[in-house]
Amino acid sequence: MDFLNAIIALSNFVLVPAIAYGSQLALGALGVTLIYGILRFSNFAHGDTMAFGAMVTVLVTWLFQSWGISLGPLPTALLALPFGILGCMALLLATDRVVYRFYREQKAKPVILVIVSLGVTFIMNGIVRFIIGPDDQRFSDGERFIVSARTFREMTGLREGLAIKTTQGITVITAVIVVALLFWFLNRTRTGKSMRAYSDNEDLALLSGINPERVVMITWLIVAGLATIAGVLYGLDKSFKPFTYFQLLLPIFASAIVGGLGNPIGAIAGGFVIAFSEVTVTYAWKKVATYVLPESMAPDTLVQLLSTDYKLAVSFGILLIVLLFKPTGLFKGKSV
Amino acid sequence: MNPAVKNTLLFAIVGAMILSTGFTQSWNSALVIINMGLISAIMALGVNLQWGFAGLFNVGIMGFVALGGLAAVLVGMPATPGAWAAGGWNIAGALIFAVATIVAVVLTRRAMTPGWMRALVTLAMLIAGFVIYRALFDPGVEAIEAINPAGTGYLGGLGIDRGLWVALAWPVGGLFAAGAAWIIGRTALGLRSDYLAIATLGIAEIIIAVLKNEDWLSRGVKNVVGLPRPTPFEIDLQNDPGFVETAALYGMDPVTASTLYVKLAYAGLFTVVLVILLVMAQRALNSPWGRMMRAIRDNEVSSEAMGKDVTARHLQVFVLGSAICGIAGAMMTTLDSQLTPGTYQPLRFTFLVWVMVIVGGSGNNFGSVLGGFLIWFLWVQVEPIGLWLMQVITAGMADGSALKAHLIESAAHMRLFTMGMVLLLVLRFSPRGLIPER
Repeated sequence: MDFLNAIIALSNFVLVPAIAYGSQLALGALGVTLIYGILRFSNFAHGDTMAFGAMVTVLVTWLFQSWGISLGPLPTALLALPFGILGCMALLLATDRVVYRFYREQKAKPVILVIVSLGVTFIMNGIVRFIIGPDDQRFSDGERFIVSARTFREMTGLREGLAIKTTQGITVITAVIVVALLFWFLNRTRTGKSMRAYSDNEDLALLSGINPERVVMITWLIVAGLATIAGVLYGLDKSFKPFTYFQLLLPIFASAIVGGLGNPIGAIAGGFVIAFSEVTVTYAWKKVATYVLPESMAPDTLVQLLSTDYKLAVSFGILLIVLLFKPTGLFKGKSV
Repeated sequence: MNPAVKNTLLFAIVGAMILSTGFTQSWNSALVIINMGLISAIMALGVNLQWGFAGLFNVGIMGFVALGGLAAVLVGMPATPGAWAAGGWNIAGALIFAVATIVAVVLTRRAMTPGWMRALVTLAMLIAGFVIYRALFDPGVEAIEAINPAGTGYLGGLGIDRGLWVALAWPVGGLFAAGAAWIIGRTALGLRSDYLAIATLGIAEIIIAVLKNEDWLSRGVKNVVGLPRPTPFEIDLQNDPGFVETAALYGMDPVTASTLYVKLAYAGLFTVVLVILLVMAQRALNSPWGRMMRAIRDNEVSSEAMGKDVTARHLQVFVLGSAICGIAGAMMTTLDSQLTPGTYQPLRFTFLVWVMVIVGGSGNNFGSVLGGFLIWFLWVQVEPIGLWLMQVITAGMADGSALKAHLIESAAHMRLFTMGMVLLLVLRFSPRGLIPER
């Protein structure tokens, strides 16, 4: 029985949150990795793109809520999501047209594009703060739990409860659907294949008549979708605050690099590697250990490797290890 | 126009802008702008060394500046009585043990042949090392933080607080920043240029997290206040009959005179530092070393073919540039005479410095200095201008309307937008900046 309790406690505090967080990171990292593969630079504005898409969704959600439209047990934000994606697409296409295209035509060095993307970051950040303000915004509604800790305890008679938030369930399901769609698109459709060809070898792709501007446009559209979905899911799960999206940049980049920059499968794997390490390293293992170990060996401290304030340090540590030992990432990414 | 005349003119314009603040607002605010302008110019010099000379993209300036601030605390503040005896040696021992563990792991890895056995041994050593480290570290931290937590609760520093000796903290800040830069540079340099950017972004966030959470070191978000300063205190000047007499001679009241005197003293000290660094940077730029750096920046492959060790040179210049940022950070903390880890924002300390370098002219030291003053001046003045603009725009709206209130309230966020705009416009239409590289 103790062993079962330990597993439940572990799932409640480690597995479920890490899977949800990992899905959000994976979606974010997919966006970064796609831009890297097609446009060949690290997009520092990705965090704030997520914030922008999420912001549009939040505003539309509020509008729907004021009209009394809701999805019943599901959050209204899901209904507003398509509008957020459209808004984000408009923003990214406009940014590309006004900012990035010039440097693409110049064949500027990647590092220039990185600086430019940093400038874009702050403009987007300014817009988001200007419209919605720098504070926390709540926009989730509907049922809070799929399974709450108490009903679980009553159902099973165990001492530990397992709570699964609606947002966590939605996160995982959405992520699976989105990833499946993305891979179907990349592997099965003509446009997707042309994108992969362009990413693998630009010259050969151009030679076979692929229109680069079209590839770039479609990339931005997909990235807008991915970023908005990731941003909204993160906002539903935690809360929407513009600055946290800037701070998400580090774990997202770490995920993309751990998996191998430019490699979509790698981005997903990387997202989960980072999420699981972050949660396991900052989790206080005392409860689980007390169940598993015999009483005499039960720990009297929290058995927490790092305090939660150092979450970022975990992604950073993993990033450094990968850069030191395997700079191309777990799955072969682009050149070093 | 000949470049020398143009550059002098540019500096004169920025000088006139600051002077006009003195005439229209107050000389105190003009001197505040000058002092922070001097510090900003030094930060810009450091970043220019990395970006202008070598083409390295550092997004972690904030971290190096904060490390400099930590140095000001560790050098300037007095040691907390009893803290070393209570837990200081524990912590020192733990840190030494941690370093020793890492060295041991590296040596073992070298001695063993690659394979699963080596991975297993490495992992076991690391885990054992971590457990022992925590066992040494935690009691020390607890003991130190228990000592008068409302007033101290941290180790304190060396207590060097007499006059100009306070400035000793500045080079120490440079050393701290150089150490952090070396670790980052060793891992991320030699790979793609983007990796350095991402790694520096990370180290900056982590340094701030450490300063916020390691109360035994920096008091965390409780802040360290009352840092020693190299200048006299205003109140002492006001009580000095000689000073009051001199002030009266110039027709000033002693309070204003004392605040101006202190700020001028800081300005003098900072100017000395800036001039020293500027002369050194100028000489470096025009030396064979500077030419080599620019050659590497412009074409890594051919420089490598000429027998230059690109990665090693990059590491060198990265460490030097970060050290300059650390010096500026220590100076800033001395000027504020407090360390407040909560106030370090990437926008203010990383991004703004980048705008300074790009606008001033990357690759040109004088450009960085000019950019430092100009952008700092704009940064200070954009907020009132933005507020005024918003009031003009919303003048026609009904009082008390939600939109009007929102717009006026949001004027503060215009800074982000404006600075991002300035950077993009300069990069696009005048990528060489105000004073281009020769």
